[in-house]
Amino acid sequence: MINFSGENTVSKTRMISRRMFLLSAAKAAVFLGIVGRLVYLQINESNRYRTLSDKNRFREWKLAPQRGIIKDYFGKEIASNEKVYQLHITPENTQNIEEIFFRLKNILNISNKKIAYLKKKATKQKPWEPIIVSDNLSWSEFSRVNLFLHELPGVEPVVSVARVYPDKSTAHIVGYVSQISKKDLENKKYLRDMAVTGIAVGKTGLEKKLDQDIIGNVGFQRYEVNAYGKRIKQIQTDSGQEGKNYISTIDLEVQKFTTKLLGERAASVCVMDIYNGDVITMVSSPSYDPNAFVHGIKKKYWKDLIGHRDKPLSNKAIAGLYPPGSTIKTLVALSALENDIFSTKKSVKCTGYIDLYGERFHCWKKKGHGWMTMRSAIQRSCDVYFYEVAKKLGVDRISETAKKFGLGKKLFEDFYEERSGIVPNTKWKKKFIGKNWYLGETLHSGIGQGYFQTTPAQLCLMTAQIANGGYEIKPRIILKDKKSNNNLRDYITFKKNYPNDLLPNYLLSTTFKVNPLFRNQENINFIKDAMYASTNEIGGTSYASRLKNKNFIFAGKTGSSQVKRFTALQRKLEVKQKDIEYKSRDHALFIAFAPVSEPRYAISVVVEHGGSGSSAAAPIAKQVIQKVLERHPSREINYNTFIEKSI
Amino acid sequence: MHQPRYIQSSISFADKIKSLDFVLVSSILVLGIISMFAMYSTDGGQFNYHTKSHIMRFGIFFIMFLFISFIPIRLWFATSALIYIFFFILLLGVKYYGLESSGSQRWLNFYFMNLQPSELMKIGLILFLANYYHRVPAKDVSKLKFLFIPILVLIAPVLLVITQPDLGTSILIAGGGVTVVWLAGVRVKFFAYMTILFISLTPIAISFLKPYQKARILTFLNPDRDPLGAGYQIIQSKIAIGSGGFFGKGFLNGSQSYLDFLPEKHTDFIFTLFSEEFGFFGSLSILLLYILIIHRIVKIGDETRSNYGKLYCYSFATAFFIYVAVNMGMVLGLLPIVGAPLPIMSYGGSSMLSIMLGLGVTMSCKIYKDMPVN
Repeated sequence: MINFSGENTVSKTRMISRRMFLLSAAKAAVFLGIVGRLVYLQINESNRYRTLSDKNRFREWKLAPQRGIIKDYFGKEIASNEKVYQLHITPENTQNIEEIFFRLKNILNISNKKIAYLKKKATKQKPWEPIIVSDNLSWSEFSRVNLFLHELPGVEPVVSVARVYPDKSTAHIVGYVSQISKKDLENKKYLRDMAVTGIAVGKTGLEKKLDQDIIGNVGFQRYEVNAYGKRIKQIQTDSGQEGKNYISTIDLEVQKFTTKLLGERAASVCVMDIYNGDVITMVSSPSYDPNAFVHGIKKKYWKDLIGHRDKPLSNKAIAGLYPPGSTIKTLVALSALENDIFSTKKSVKCTGYIDLYGERFHCWKKKGHGWMTMRSAIQRSCDVYFYEVAKKLGVDRISETAKKFGLGKKLFEDFYEERSGIVPNTKWKKKFIGKNWYLGETLHSGIGQGYFQTTPAQLCLMTAQIANGGYEIKPRIILKDKKSNNNLRDYITFKKNYPNDLLPNYLLSTTFKVNPLFRNQENINFIKDAMYASTNEIGGTSYASRLKNKNFIFAGKTGSSQVKRFTALQRKLEVKQKDIEYKSRDHALFIAFAPVSEPRYAISVVVEHGGSGSSAAAPIAKQVIQKVLERHPSREINYNTFIEKSI
Repeated sequence: MHQPRYIQSSISFADKIKSLDFVLVSSILVLGIISMFAMYSTDGGQFNYHTKSHIMRFGIFFIMFLFISFIPIRLWFATSALIYIFFFILLLGVKYYGLESSGSQRWLNFYFMNLQPSELMKIGLILFLANYYHRVPAKDVSKLKFLFIPILVLIAPVLLVITQPDLGTSILIAGGGVTVVWLAGVRVKFFAYMTILFISLTPIAISFLKPYQKARILTFLNPDRDPLGAGYQIIQSKIAIGSGGFFGKGFLNGSQSYLDFLPEKHTDFIFTLFSEEFGFFGSLSILLLYILIIHRIVKIGDETRSNYGKLYCYSFATAFFIYVAVNMGMVLGLLPIVGAPLPIMSYGGSSMLSIMLGLGVTMSCKIYKDMPVN
């Protein structure tokens, strides 16, 4: 069957060799292809693959830093941290995440909505990054979870720290923290850079303004992990840094006292050191519970806060705008004296009203005050006298003095929510309202009505700068460092005792500039004296609220700012404030400084719709002043023992 | 052309040893030693099970290789059909008595080792077809009646192996077989028809593929379609090789394999591990070593006088090339992952046995190059 001829064998051998040659060529081509691929992967694209290999190898776990603490002037914590129990799920360690959620739902009563949210979150992050199921378990929940823990792989109870606010009274100053929002991430680069899940961020108050420094630096642990996510060895660790701690100028005890005193009233009180601008207390009432926000606010509480008539969430001391009313008379008088428009001796007869171009301008006292000098006009708060002053002075001069004393601009750098208010003048009206100024409006401005808008804190600063003899001060609520210390008091004392000597070095420092706001200090002293009369001499508007203890004697000025103008009929019927609708009642204002002998503190009180300054605001001021002055010696001691070391 | 028989029978043992191809023997030894180091690295730098077992197998089968080398080529020629039938019976045995592991039935339990007959069939088929075409006259090879048996002996084991299922090995078996048919001089037209037939049958074949096999092919076309599932192996392999760079990460420092990102690192992906640790430089060295081995086998084919020897050596060299190319192509992302070991380097007794058997027969061709086979 098969032929084995030699010729046949030879031709076959030739065929085999020819075919083998073709195969060898093909092999060479394939091997060249493989070499080419090796060159591509290991030489051309090597860097890219090295990065990918490192991405495989290393995993980072971020460590959320502990937020800095804010203490009051006496070292009491007003924003501190507490231990909380959290519940985390690491999706990678679970066998069936659906089942885990189902179990946890039953154990902890989590809502379906929350479960859906957590599931969605789980799909968005890396499988080894924990999902925070709850950031604040109650002790009973914590122990219930622990009981079932062995059946819940991937679930991990974690002890962590969270923000806590020991006292509600500082809510408006400190603000609150809450969960990071989409908007926070969009607006704040430092939050994007941190990229830590579950970190709380400041939403209002100091917490918001100081957020970047108080939040701390994120730490991380970098591990080498194997393909199953098991940590093989720690490569690098950075424990991060706790947030910066701060000391506030606030005296928590006065703050609490004042808050209690105000009760449910819609009011605000501001007390300031007249030399260094330290805010002793800044209360806005009613207050709210900042702790309610830390772990997510309950819907009902949120609705209550938002719907409340007196707006508990707003910080009235810096964001509440009120016409200054008669409290502005101090500045109007000063402006008239400084500009040599009026002399202190000049008398004006008050008949209860004046007429101007057919419009009648009423004094608060229907029958009139009779003959008034500038001192008695301030003492009794005669409107007619100040109509005359304003008419001669003009609104632009009033505005200039008011601005010089701090009205119309923000006091602090520490609050986003602070408002600057309005100090009207002819230019302002042209620009913002687009109309010319009327003389009648000047008369309104002269008694702090009309377009005038001020915050209680501004009024307090104004009073402080009158009380210290007319020097500019920079208010502060956070003590930052020694450099920012204001040595105004030392300067004034030194100048008084050694008028001809050279100033010592620390008073010459470039950070400290003395800026007198007056032309003639006598004018300032005159205003202070008139305020003394207003509180401590019979007939003064706040005479009833005076303190008789000679160490506590204070000098003040009342104010009532109209919310709604009185109708002619109401005026005729002599309708009392308490008889009209709450929303239409006048705001009650009071400013003061104390003690009169050697002033140290300035105060402003505003009671919304409180009626009159003398009846609603001055009595509050009286009690707060007494409290502040009682605390004064310990504040002085505390400066040497605690503050000087801390800053 | 015909050698006097006495010349052949008078070769002394010393002559036989002298006529061994020492370049080939030492290349195999060097590759064996490299493979031991690679295996040591897959064991995480410890002298563990895989390393010990690999060294033992290499040692035993290397000795076997030398021993086989001295078996006269005549004997291989005479028993080629029997060997094929024996291996085929073993393959059938797998069908009924085979061990199952991770979804496929490939092994026979022989107590001292689990044998994978499909690996042996790679050599068995070449032996059979070399024998067959040695006997078929050159003018007749393309005749239909002489194509019947080759197609039958090729298709039967390939189908058996495909259904195990083991796509990779069946391709390698077929590759060796087709090579013999090609070398024998069957007309190009025939291969063209077969290719057309094969391509037109592909859609039908695909419907018979297991889901994981389909996934592998889809994954090859686009590895990123399922990076944590089917695409995982190829992506991780490319990362490992690419991150090796020019000089590699260093011995025992391949993070991809050390941290278990690399799958099947003992077997199919051993080249990846080596490449990661020794870089382009190492990869190229290994490749050159393989080229040298293939070159030596081809050279032995050139020197062998019998067409049986030539057919065998050329076919084995080509099959060896296919094993290397498929494995490297696979781990480099040029081919789908089909499961094909790298000769000598990969862990696995049957593969080692089959390669050493193949090399042994090659060496026998060299020693008895002038001896007629019948």
